[in-house]
Amino acid sequence: MTQESVLVLTLAAAIGTGTPLIFAAIGGVISERAGVINLGMEGMMLIGAVTTFLVDNKTGSPVAGFIAGGVAGALLALIHATLAISLRANQIVCGLALTIFGTGLASFIGKPIEGQGLTKSFGSLHIPALSSIPGVGPILFKQDVLVYLSWFVALIASLYLNRTRTGLSLRAVGENPATADAMGLSVVRMRYAHVVAGGLLAGFGGSYVILRIVPAWSQAGTTNGIGWIALALVVFASWRPLRVILGAYLFGVALQANFALQAKGITVIPAEFLAMLPYLLTVVILVVLTANRRTRGAGAPAALGLPFVRDER
Amino acid sequence: MIAARHISKSFPGVLANQDVSFDVAPGEVHSLLGENGAGKSTLAAILTGLYQPDAGHVEIDGVRVSLKSPRHGLALGIGMVHQHFRLVSQFTVAENISLGDRKQNWILSTKKVEEAVREIGERYGLPVDPRARINELTVGEQQRVEIIKTLYRGAQVLLLDEPTSVLTPQEVTTLFDSVRTLASEGKSVIFISHKLGEVMDISDRVTVMRDGKVVGNTSVTDTSREALARMMVGRDVDLSAIRATKPTGTPLLEVRGLTAKSARSQVSDASIVVKAGEIVGIAGVSGNGQRALAEGIAGLTPPVGGHITICGIDVTGKGSVAARKAGLSYVPEDRNGTGLAPSLSISENMLLTEDLPFLVNHKSAVAKAEEAIGAYSIKTPGASTPTRMLSGGNVQKVLLARELGHDPQVLIVASPTWGLDVGAVEFVRSKLNELRNQGRAILLISEDLDEVRALSDRIYVIFEGKIVMECAGEGADVTTLGLAMAGASA
Repeated sequence: MTQESVLVLTLAAAIGTGTPLIFAAIGGVISERAGVINLGMEGMMLIGAVTTFLVDNKTGSPVAGFIAGGVAGALLALIHATLAISLRANQIVCGLALTIFGTGLASFIGKPIEGQGLTKSFGSLHIPALSSIPGVGPILFKQDVLVYLSWFVALIASLYLNRTRTGLSLRAVGENPATADAMGLSVVRMRYAHVVAGGLLAGFGGSYVILRIVPAWSQAGTTNGIGWIALALVVFASWRPLRVILGAYLFGVALQANFALQAKGITVIPAEFLAMLPYLLTVVILVVLTANRRTRGAGAPAALGLPFVRDER
Repeated sequence: MIAARHISKSFPGVLANQDVSFDVAPGEVHSLLGENGAGKSTLAAILTGLYQPDAGHVEIDGVRVSLKSPRHGLALGIGMVHQHFRLVSQFTVAENISLGDRKQNWILSTKKVEEAVREIGERYGLPVDPRARINELTVGEQQRVEIIKTLYRGAQVLLLDEPTSVLTPQEVTTLFDSVRTLASEGKSVIFISHKLGEVMDISDRVTVMRDGKVVGNTSVTDTSREALARMMVGRDVDLSAIRATKPTGTPLLEVRGLTAKSARSQVSDASIVVKAGEIVGIAGVSGNGQRALAEGIAGLTPPVGGHITICGIDVTGKGSVAARKAGLSYVPEDRNGTGLAPSLSISENMLLTEDLPFLVNHKSAVAKAEEAIGAYSIKTPGASTPTRMLSGGNVQKVLLARELGHDPQVLIVASPTWGLDVGAVEFVRSKLNELRNQGRAILLISEDLDEVRALSDRIYVIFEGKIVMECAGEGADVTTLGLAMAGASA
């Protein structure tokens, strides 16, 4: 590895940093395409991370840990679905409540393991031939299996949304639930299924953080607010799964810039400022997208955030 | 083909259908005529399977059926085209038709649907591009998509709910041609409407409903508009044209070259004059800049260009308060929303346009509101009822009471009788006429061409934000107006 340049190393690391964002933001896309905003994503990622840590250390199987993390996220999302869909609670409020709840629950569960390290994780999987392409190879094809899984998830999500009957129904539910209902689709069932699927993916995102980025539990520092970045990414990607990949890696670079420049010994820009960069980028992108008339709300499902009530006199 | 036998249905506090019997034969166009709230929609909902009757039953081809849902109804060949379309506007035509279609494979292929859309379109005279997005289509085309959708699902009976309310006269003609083709192919069409002329024009038979009951069933050849109107309302009604009886006076509203933008509405270089004692109609299909015109004049949206003079005072760009001070009142189309604050009570809403002291005297406000409730015979539990609890006609009366209470010199009214029953329509029209006789200037903006023609002394036609035609109200020709509304004339 020593022969790789700092740039290649930084980009390769950016891919890793972007991966939990891909999982979580695809989850966000799926949930929001059904018309349900999920502000509980940060909480779901944290719960996913702590569950993965516990299961992985107990069973010694990172696969089991990863799956358990997803399931934990999905369970939390089920609460969100119940509140937001069946009880028609305000989605913003119950999403926020779930983040607070998820954060609290994760640090409670994680209390005994605070500061401990993860014993077993996924290693890198070098793809033959592709990984030996100079530059591109080490950046893209010397990653772990979950990175490849994230690409697969984005691709499948995109095909699912645009090319399948269920995907069409899903989009209809998010755009115009009354019409979907009139066409005999179950708005409630569709929304439940996709909010839970979104939670599963957010949980996977959290799992990835603990498995590959910060392999030690720390209640304050594990996800470090990237659930919120994932949320912004959904908007940035105009609710399209393949664009999520692009955005996630852009944020990945921003998150890695700090270390790269320090490694190079460049200290003109204070490290604190660089650490702030991804969050600043989030704000800037959202401001630019919303200030521009053409891009404001472009691609946003029309019924996003609105509970569905069948109109019967 | 399909028949309702002795159907009764009640909702809390309302007996919506009372021993209603109705049937339609294959190849027949059967109209269901009645005012709002007469029970037409309830009957339609029962025929399509949305509601289940409390008593009585539905028969298809002589066999008694129990329809569980609209989907079930459609499976048995009964399809409905709703007044508000059930279309996902971001989807293409083919995607909308595929939605919820279980014949589709899990992996979508819209090719077959696209072919079917073209084929049905050709057969029944309903041309539409299957790849176009709904939000790129005109309202008339969207309606075609709805009809194609039900035909694609195999409907033998089509219920059309107030299908002409959103169309230009030319589009109505095209629709009626398609309806006749459908009937000639053996399909049954149930045409739900409150427009007498259209019912007389398209139907073979008419069933008239009033207060949840069937009050008449006749072949169109055996009846007349007047007879149907009497059956529908229960008394003689006069909705004939009313014109100015006195000569008009000086111009009270002068708009010169107004260019303005409002939400999704744009008006450019419009010049309009309304004189004292005159009702001037603005005819046009919905969404052709009427809103920008009204809000531009009322000062709710700053004009980009042009001049507005109200009673000789230049109010250009001075905002809505200046326009009101100059003598303008505005009754918007969006009554509960733009016109009134729906959660506020009647008395509070009446206060909104007043010059108020810092401390509000509720007692006098309530007294004033009660006076208006009496004078306009507004049906409400009291002055403190929020206006969102009122029916459409009563909301409009509250709004009119407030706006006319200012004794305006110039009044802009947008779709003043939209959604009102005949009684309320009569009331609103007579109020407008009364104002005209008092020498006020009234600008009537309406998508209902019959209304514009019945009330206006002069008519302007608006198309894509431009005034494209001006003519006298007396003897205005529907075809000429219709063509101008569709942008066909210069």
